Amino acid sequence: MPKNRDFNASCPISINDYPNVLLAHGSGGTLMNKLIEGVFKKEFNNKELHKSHDSAVLDIDSSRIAMTTDSYVVEPLFFPGGDIGSMAIYGTVNDLAMSGAVPVAISVGFILEEGLEMDKLIKIVKSMQFAANKAGVDIVTGDTKVVDKGKGDGIFINTTGIGLIKHKLCIEPFSVVDGDAIILSGDIGRHGIAIMAVREGLEFNTVIESDSAPLNELVSKLIDSNIEIHCMRDLTRGGLASALVEIAKTSKLQITIDENNIPVREDVRGACEILGFDPMYVANEGRFIVFVKHDHVDKALNIFHSHGLGMDAKCIGYVSSKNHGLVTMRSCIGTMRVVDMLSGEQLPRIC
Amino acid sequence: MRFIDEYRDAEVAHKIAGSIRRATTRPWKIMEICGGQTHSIIKFGLDELLPKNVTLIHGPGCPVCVTPLEAIEQAVIIASKKDVIFCSFGDMLRVPGKNKDLLSVKAEGGDVRIVYSPMDALELAKKQPDRKVVFFAVGFETTAPANAMAVYQADKQGVSNFSVLVSHVLVPPAMEAVLSSKQNQVQGFLAAGHVCTIMGYKQYELIAEKYKVPIVVTGFEPVDILRGIQLCVEQLERGTFLVQNEYSRVVTRSGNLNAQKIVDKVFCVVPRKWRGIGEIPYSGLGLQKSYERFDAEKIFKLENINVQEPTECIAGMVLQGIKNPHECSEFDRQCKPEHPLGAPMVSSEGACNAYFRYRKNPFGAKI
Repeated sequence: MPKNRDFNASCPISINDYPNVLLAHGSGGTLMNKLIEGVFKKEFNNKELHKSHDSAVLDIDSSRIAMTTDSYVVEPLFFPGGDIGSMAIYGTVNDLAMSGAVPVAISVGFILEEGLEMDKLIKIVKSMQFAANKAGVDIVTGDTKVVDKGKGDGIFINTTGIGLIKHKLCIEPFSVVDGDAIILSGDIGRHGIAIMAVREGLEFNTVIESDSAPLNELVSKLIDSNIEIHCMRDLTRGGLASALVEIAKTSKLQITIDENNIPVREDVRGACEILGFDPMYVANEGRFIVFVKHDHVDKALNIFHSHGLGMDAKCIGYVSSKNHGLVTMRSCIGTMRVVDMLSGEQLPRIC
Repeated sequence: MRFIDEYRDAEVAHKIAGSIRRATTRPWKIMEICGGQTHSIIKFGLDELLPKNVTLIHGPGCPVCVTPLEAIEQAVIIASKKDVIFCSFGDMLRVPGKNKDLLSVKAEGGDVRIVYSPMDALELAKKQPDRKVVFFAVGFETTAPANAMAVYQADKQGVSNFSVLVSHVLVPPAMEAVLSSKQNQVQGFLAAGHVCTIMGYKQYELIAEKYKVPIVVTGFEPVDILRGIQLCVEQLERGTFLVQNEYSRVVTRSGNLNAQKIVDKVFCVVPRKWRGIGEIPYSGLGLQKSYERFDAEKIFKLENINVQEPTECIAGMVLQGIKNPHECSEFDRQCKPEHPLGAPMVSSEGACNAYFRYRKNPFGAKI
């Protein structure tokens, strides 16, 4: 061992701009945000788009119409708790619900890969109709394209939805104000772990099922009970953390949450510990956060707790105007830390 | 959850922090070796619970951070080949090489796959005999046994299209390198619990004795780390330099002998270059001569790759604990996880990444 070794600084050149699209550009983190801000919003420049909400709200004659679109690419196509078909309906219904809209109609675009088993397609289509019935929405128009074998993952689905806004609230990130309380509708991380378990052949003592579900009924109950809702966001890719960061940044307010109040099921926690994942960033398909006027918390929680999809709902934190665009969390041992978006996907750790 | 909740108990954590405060009469600098420990310290804000005169220095125990640029370059070259399936642990994919990372190779059409175990890569090789399957065997003593087992099984089963690109590193030589540096400030160590699970802690007794430093084998949960710090501070105050085992629910003095046996069979100790630090003798593992035909470096004739590392970032200083990630002028400016200047910003175990995720405050205000 040589004595008096000097440590030399030595590091690589930064990769600033990727010349190609990476998978991480679609994972709901900072890379995807850069793509949206730097490429899409730059060109598709309009007021509604800049509100950065799950659905656009359009004033057409005397009606307020919400519109949203989403594409679904998931492997495996079938997983515990759902499949790509039901996900494609619930995802779009939920995006509409997040502006308090009652879903009216959905369009479906199928991109099918040559060779997809017809049985699988029929199963998926049936599942879509079942989901649409459950959410109370009609699938009114559609499109089909088939691509060469090897150029698709069996099936890709795009759904676009429109909904009617009957309330007078302005539910969007800009409406969040100092003092608002944040309610989380239930435990987090189940969808992401359910998919991961099937995809990677991980086996746990219990089967972890996706939380995929339509949220419109629960949202309608909140609105009908005159809860003063300022913003809602369903937690999909990027998980709870990314949703909070997005809203803090758009509203230019600080969000402070308490780790002890965030429900994570024991089996999901176990899986996350093994994989080195943080449940705060794991995907969900049937959970949302709602920002309400601070003195409406108890009333809102009562409504949550009386609905099957909100039984484990909790107030997880509050909004303040201390620091613009910052999310902080009181950890389980009582210390404070910053919560930020991930740059891309969570990658399993080495050891 | 058992084995987790009791080690994240706020009351217990604060009680231990109180004991540390009472025990501390002088300034002490303690290095936690493992990046997993660094991550826990920053995530749970454990340093905030310590008295001002106990400083934690974040050590070089992040396998992603210390894998040399040459190895990344070799990986990029191999992964770009048409007949290759390149398998790696996820963390390695974002580490920048000379011009690109493995994620970019994948985006350009290279067959790069994330696997959870080297055995998955071996299975893949058996299923696809017409492709060359290469596994990126990196990490400390913790990952070495599974990687050794994959090579051993490939040999036993006659899987000739499987190979490994090896860049394994060993903890004790790195500790000695830190301790013998001119700029060394470290007075005590928290040794890495996972590494000791495999290797035991006999080796550390020699280091503690030679350099007169207390070493505490420590786990990864908040209560583990605080207990490790408490034991270390108490020794420093007493002036003793023993090896203590805080992580006794997992670690024994001799370690996992079966794991060590397979590592010794397949690997031998070699000099290894550490990114940001330089070459340290006897600090790595390479394949034994009898397993040479599984060595991707030889198969693809990449032994003489030499990459000049530029000096934009201060990773070397961070890995030695001379500077904090915050003190780097490029932190959160040029250097972010989505475009890292240095490997410590890439890995979830890297100190810069942990500071970025949990301590970044764009307004510099108190949170």
